[in-house]
Amino acid sequence: MQPAISIKNLSKVYATGFEALKRINLDIDHGEIFALLGPNGAGKTTLISIICGIVTPTDGSVTVDGHDIISDYRAARAMIGLVPQELTTDSFETVWATVSFSRGLFGRPSNPDYIEKVLKSLSLWDKKDDKIMTLSGGMKRRVLIAKALSHEPQILFLDEPTAGVDVELRKAMWNVVRSLRDTGVTIILTTHYIEEAEEMADRVGVISHGEIILVEEKVELMRKLGKKQLALQLHEPLDRIPIALSAYHLELSEDGNELIYTYDTQSERTGITGLLSDLSQAGVKFKDLNTTQSSLEDIFVSLVRSAE
Amino acid sequence: MNYYAVRTIYLFEMARAWRTLFQSIVSPVLSTSLYFVVFGAAIGSRIAEIEGVSYGAFIVPGLIMLSLLTQSIANASFGIYFPKFTGTIYELLSAPVSYVEILLGYVGAAATKSIILGFLILATAGLFVPLQIAHVYWMLLFLVLTSVTFSLFGFILGIWADGFEKLQIVPLLIITPLTFLGGSFYSIDMLPPFWQTVTLFNPVLYLISGFRWSFYEIADVHLGVSLGVAVMFLCACLVAVWWIFKTGYRLKS
Repeated sequence: MQPAISIKNLSKVYATGFEALKRINLDIDHGEIFALLGPNGAGKTTLISIICGIVTPTDGSVTVDGHDIISDYRAARAMIGLVPQELTTDSFETVWATVSFSRGLFGRPSNPDYIEKVLKSLSLWDKKDDKIMTLSGGMKRRVLIAKALSHEPQILFLDEPTAGVDVELRKAMWNVVRSLRDTGVTIILTTHYIEEAEEMADRVGVISHGEIILVEEKVELMRKLGKKQLALQLHEPLDRIPIALSAYHLELSEDGNELIYTYDTQSERTGITGLLSDLSQAGVKFKDLNTTQSSLEDIFVSLVRSAE
Repeated sequence: MNYYAVRTIYLFEMARAWRTLFQSIVSPVLSTSLYFVVFGAAIGSRIAEIEGVSYGAFIVPGLIMLSLLTQSIANASFGIYFPKFTGTIYELLSAPVSYVEILLGYVGAAATKSIILGFLILATAGLFVPLQIAHVYWMLLFLVLTSVTFSLFGFILGIWADGFEKLQIVPLLIITPLTFLGGSFYSIDMLPPFWQTVTLFNPVLYLISGFRWSFYEIADVHLGVSLGVAVMFLCACLVAVWWIFKTGYRLKS
């Protein structure tokens, strides 16, 4: 089976000379949720815009389910729904009219039942006759999603879908995205919120300065780069770390009440058992302990930093 | 061919005309009526007939042309400029539609509006002055040709414009003067020889002349020349549009 999207050696140099994308190679599989993470100006939106036909690539090729985005643009674009980052809407139109417009534009015969279903799933049904300009920001975002879904796309691009959206609505959108994936739709989302990728994605791609610096299964990524820390709250504060424990590279908190041990989850021996027995031999007693795992955000920050 | 898309764009644009009925239909009809009252009835009655046609009737084709040109440009340029301005153009660019389909939708709707407007003004004129149309098919041909050509021109303008000001300037500072000086209100025979020659460089003259001929069989230039200029301008606009879409000028980066 063809990948849902296959990107080969894709480059983009804008007229200003700015090199937004540098020979990107990436395959996205059918039915997965792929999160594209990256700081501002990394090239996320440029990449999406090229695939959707809004920006012309300088070099390289993209196919959507085997259809080239330029020579076979009709077939390629008909499969794609795009939710742009900016809240760009026809202020004077009603919700119903604008969503129906999108369906027609993508070459689908009108189907009021389907539009009704989409609007209901996004809690927009009671707003269907309202003009878009009367809606709140979160509602407008839903309208954009409804427009993107109006023509029953098999691939959905969400460019920063929850930017500026409150927590409750964000969770509601995650549910919408998950239920879409359950129907077999491939979803590519870009986001600033790492928790969003952590929560939603099957795979994560990290883009920085126009280059994909990493693509990994999310679980694998967390495992590979995930560091764990063991913090021990001591009974009595220490002035310094006992020499007997120097091999563990421990950190002592400023007040001397806490010892922190950082270890790699992927190594076979974490060294915890040895540390604990060496601690009791050294006569260090602790009253409590806890472990923390690094989040995707920590991983992300360290990756982007090392790429720079 | 993505017929659904053409139909969708066309109906969307026509719906916009209904929503802005006053601006797109009522106000041009009203302003034309004022011309008839002033020039046709009040002043016109004191002006001698031109080649056997009363002055009021003589200006009818010119007035229709004036509205056709300005409204075609205004309608089509706004139709494509507004999505560019608000950003909703992303959807059009990402949709499985060809350039021909986009043109059919936007220019087709703008031209339709102009043609309807032309008929409305014609009917309005009939209330003020006696009308005769010697060659109905020629009249229709010029009406449709002008509406389509200048809607195309408006579409190009809408893509080129990067601000509302430019959108206003071209109809106001170029098209309206050209139309006034192109013989809307007079025959160029009334001008001194030098200005007659200058006027021949005004493309709008040829449109008005051909259109007027279809009414009264009086013309400033030969009918064939009129038709030729109209078709030439249409072709020039088509080439410009083809180039815009080919290069993505002001549409895609």
